[in-house]
Amino acid sequence: MSAATRQPIRRIRSRTVVMPAANIDTDQIIPARFLTTTTREGLGARLFNDWRYQADGTPRSDFVLNQPQARDCQILVAGRNFGCGSSREHAPWALLDYGIRAVISTGIADIFRSNSLKNGLLPIVLDEATSGWLLDHPGVELDIDLENTTLTLPDGRTQRFPLEAFARYCLVNGIDELGYLLSQQQRIAEYERTRA
Amino acid sequence: MKPRTLLEKIWDQHLVTPETADTPAVLYIDLHLIHEVTTPQAFDVLRANGLKVRRPERTLGTLDHSTPTRTEQIFGNAPITIESAANQIRVLERNSVEFGVELFGLQSDRRGIVHVIGPELGATQPGSTIVCGDSHTSTHGAFGALAFGIGTTEVGHVLATQCLLQRRPRSLAVEVSGRLHPAVTAKDLILAIIGRIGVAGGTGHVIEYRGETIRALSMDERMTVCNMSIEAGARAGMVAPDETTFSYLEGRPRAPHGAQWDRAVERWQELPSDPGAQFDREVTIDASTLEPMITYGTNPGMVIPISSAIPAVQNDAMHARALDYMGFSPGEPIRGKPVNVVFVGSCTNSRLSDLRQAAQVLKGRRIARGVRMLVVPGSQQVKRDAESEGLDRVFIDAGAEWRESGCSMCIGMNGDTVSSGEYSVSTSNRNFEGRQGKGARTLLASPATAAATAVRGKITDPRELLP
Repeated sequence: MSAATRQPIRRIRSRTVVMPAANIDTDQIIPARFLTTTTREGLGARLFNDWRYQADGTPRSDFVLNQPQARDCQILVAGRNFGCGSSREHAPWALLDYGIRAVISTGIADIFRSNSLKNGLLPIVLDEATSGWLLDHPGVELDIDLENTTLTLPDGRTQRFPLEAFARYCLVNGIDELGYLLSQQQRIAEYERTRA
Repeated sequence: MKPRTLLEKIWDQHLVTPETADTPAVLYIDLHLIHEVTTPQAFDVLRANGLKVRRPERTLGTLDHSTPTRTEQIFGNAPITIESAANQIRVLERNSVEFGVELFGLQSDRRGIVHVIGPELGATQPGSTIVCGDSHTSTHGAFGALAFGIGTTEVGHVLATQCLLQRRPRSLAVEVSGRLHPAVTAKDLILAIIGRIGVAGGTGHVIEYRGETIRALSMDERMTVCNMSIEAGARAGMVAPDETTFSYLEGRPRAPHGAQWDRAVERWQELPSDPGAQFDREVTIDASTLEPMITYGTNPGMVIPISSAIPAVQNDAMHARALDYMGFSPGEPIRGKPVNVVFVGSCTNSRLSDLRQAAQVLKGRRIARGVRMLVVPGSQQVKRDAESEGLDRVFIDAGAEWRESGCSMCIGMNGDTVSSGEYSVSTSNRNFEGRQGKGARTLLASPATAAATAVRGKITDPRELLP
């Protein structure tokens, strides 16, 4: 496999911030009018823009990310089917730029999930009971261990979460998938020859 | 040999390296469609790593998402007012030259929405793998292709290697039987399917739409159905190729010709799922009882027949929040609700047959006072075809605006937006909060329903205005 090209991620320890809404789509995570950028930097300022700010640009005090307890939280716990809708990778870019490193839900949309893993944002799907408990207990401290794919709750209970082996390998070792694909070039050329 | 599904056949044919417990498959991509919004950062990665586009001839670019639709901005001297959007267009123009990729530029007569031009050119073909940095890439599955949306990192992967790392998705058969009533369209059918299986019902799956109702649909209609697979959570939707598919493709500029055409059709005829092939899940839908459908909430699964009342759902904060955003109350009929804007367009419903459907309702009528109606063809080809049969006159005479092609008011990136608080009946695919502009309230419906609503200025069942 190819050399490490990004920061390895082995452990995430943080309090949670909770957004209980189901079906939070990528248009909410970052509205389309902010996608006319040609870079991936600085999108955290626009994360959840239309939920986060009033029309005049001042923060809405009733939005969770604007509340003091959300400060420095790296784990977002959300309702089911998080990240549905548009394939915009700007959504995980915005979450990461803001400081979120893991998203927990009972369901995470396919394209958002794939985009997240490629950027080092960890999508964690949990069962209804655990996810429900986390939704009901905002701000709890979680300990996520990527090497063992476990999550430890504040009472010490430890629970496994599913993570595809290759994705885990890439995250833990800081491997960029492009490097892996480039290492397959001979096979790709062979495939092209046999099909031509 | 074990009976295989259409998905399995395409999957197997595109394996460069099969998947193992530890590694995903390396899947070869036949056609990579690119546009201005989700590619700049991918080309930057290539540049930073000294990489080339591996297969420029399998890559096709267009300008659609943040591109203006006003004629004077495309063909005249009027500037593009959103500077960042203008920059995005310039960046793709530069990247396509630097990396040797074909781009249908602003004034190209083949430019259009990425999911409209692929099929129109015959570049979208049965049995192929097609990707694009856009979730509505599922549209191309109508031809019996495996087509799905990817993110910008994956756009970079495909540019550099013509491959993606993928796990094989599960399969979901949606079996549709019964005849659609007149004025009940493919859009109504897919909205009903989404209402039935839910906005996450297809997560992790590729949908194969099957059954007599699907077989009876035209290619335009199949594209409308496959387009919104993602709104049911499925990354791809597909329909097995048949005579309808072949006769659509025959003679198109990028379809095979002559002896190659015959060989291609022979190959394509092998694609449909074998009798007895196993799907991971199956759902059946009776199309004969469907009415025109319309959404009332803030996701496409919040959909009802047009004659129905807005549902009451107890103890559901999301439902309450959605109704609050929309300014609706449970129990109110959706028919008769006043609207401000009507949009006919988008990769869901901007092909010639969609415009004909809207024009059939509008012919000889005018849109209601105070309603703004935008008709945006899916491509410059659709625009020419529509104009050659006089549809543009029908729209303009009715009081609608007739524009150049692009995504326009579906996503509102180019300045074509709905104002905060306004109601829009839109033939597009997403009614998310703010999708058509900050604070915009979107109701998704068919072109016929949209046109009927424009005429009356309030939500109208198109059957009231059709002969």
